[in-house]
Amino acid sequence: MTDEPIIKFDKVIKRFGDLTVLNELDFEVKKGEKVSIIGPSGSGKSTVLRILMTLEGINGGVVTVNGEPLWHEKGPDGTLKPASEAHLHKMRAQLGMVFQQFNLFPHMTVLRNITEAPVKVLGLSKQEARQRAEELLELVGLADQAQKYPHQLSGGQQQRVGIARALAMRPNILLFDEPTSALDPELVGEVLNVIGKLAHEHDLTMLLVTHEMRFAREISDRVCFFDQGRIREEGAPEELFTDPSEERTREFLQAVLDS
Amino acid sequence: MHWTEYLPPLMQGAWVTIQLTFYSTLLGGLLAFAAGIGKISSNWAIKGVSVAYIEVFRGTSLLVQLFWLYFALPIAGMAIGLDLRLPPVVAGVLALSLNIGAYGAEVVRGAIQSVHKDQHEAARALNFTPRQTLWTITIPQAIPEMMPSFGNLAVQNLKDTALVSLISLGDLTFRAEQIRNFTQDSTTIYSMLLVTYFGMALVLTAIMRGLEAYVSRWRVARS
Repeated sequence: MTDEPIIKFDKVIKRFGDLTVLNELDFEVKKGEKVSIIGPSGSGKSTVLRILMTLEGINGGVVTVNGEPLWHEKGPDGTLKPASEAHLHKMRAQLGMVFQQFNLFPHMTVLRNITEAPVKVLGLSKQEARQRAEELLELVGLADQAQKYPHQLSGGQQQRVGIARALAMRPNILLFDEPTSALDPELVGEVLNVIGKLAHEHDLTMLLVTHEMRFAREISDRVCFFDQGRIREEGAPEELFTDPSEERTREFLQAVLDS
Repeated sequence: MHWTEYLPPLMQGAWVTIQLTFYSTLLGGLLAFAAGIGKISSNWAIKGVSVAYIEVFRGTSLLVQLFWLYFALPIAGMAIGLDLRLPPVVAGVLALSLNIGAYGAEVVRGAIQSVHKDQHEAARALNFTPRQTLWTITIPQAIPEMMPSFGNLAVQNLKDTALVSLISLGDLTFRAEQIRNFTQDSTTIYSMLLVTYFGMALVLTAIMRGLEAYVSRWRVARS
């Protein structure tokens, strides 16, 4: 882990109609850092990931990824103008995302779900993509499911395919948007195991929006508590979970841990 | 004349009807895809042409379109010094395809737009271009949605081929008319005509169902 921020939100504003979801958010993630974002629903946590994945635009401020503005481009005179699709395409290559609802492609086998983008987008040969996919399926423990269709798998298995699919693009930053929220309780563990393994064994930068407090505590270098479109409190997991300094954080943790 | 003697000329006509149905459904399907995708294009020129095509051909009668292509177009062509006379079979296939294509375009558009937004987001996150997303993610998922409507359109098309007898194309209906003029045996002839069309429609429906099952096979794969 170096000290150089790979992700930087500088006074970022995001509105949906009259609703302000991100209110001049300042937020930084260092290279290789594993950061968990927790907070009540509607606090803007998923929006942070969706902005990074370029699924949502911003209404103000600047988002920087690896030193380059994400939603802006530097014009010839040095001023920032809104990003073109080509710029977004280039920037997106650094990021990968794991979705709450998995969002696998239902008409493709597990193998093709993982190889399609490396072949079409990165230009890998079918052979290379297949080899990469098989390694990743091994990693997520699904080596024997390559020829199945997503609907033939359990939710936990589907989400593990989702993780393999994102990793196949070799992103520097992996975004997890509530990866276990749509799963039956008994299937949560297998997905968390895979994410935990990635966190411990890879130098990927990881950003995880989650309601799994114990897991967040286990794998994160830092935990951020979001409230009303801002970071209310952040810190090392031991501190934030055992001795939060803000009353609002305390309330939230109490409510979540009691349930 | 015994009714069995009507069969050879009727079968000749039926073969023409089958060919007409086959070619016009195929070409109509291609037109449906082109115009259906064109209608949701962000390019306003492509969108404009697609919308105009769909509206004009849905808003006018197939019979008039057929007559226009066969009788009016050559004269219009002559006025500008072009030979636009079409053989009856070409005019027939063209009118039928243009017609079914306009209806099919709405089916294609609707099916493409029914693919869930999650799929587009996943495609974007994997950095597919919009064009790659359309062809590898959206359309393959939309095709099974289109198939029941396409099945109906194909049967509709089969029945509509009867109109081409009016530009002296020797299809099933044309042959039946010829025999009727000769024998005045309307009841037998028209009954045979009904049964033949119905039989062909049954076969066509079965073929379309088979096609539907084929393009939807990923949906029903067993675990």
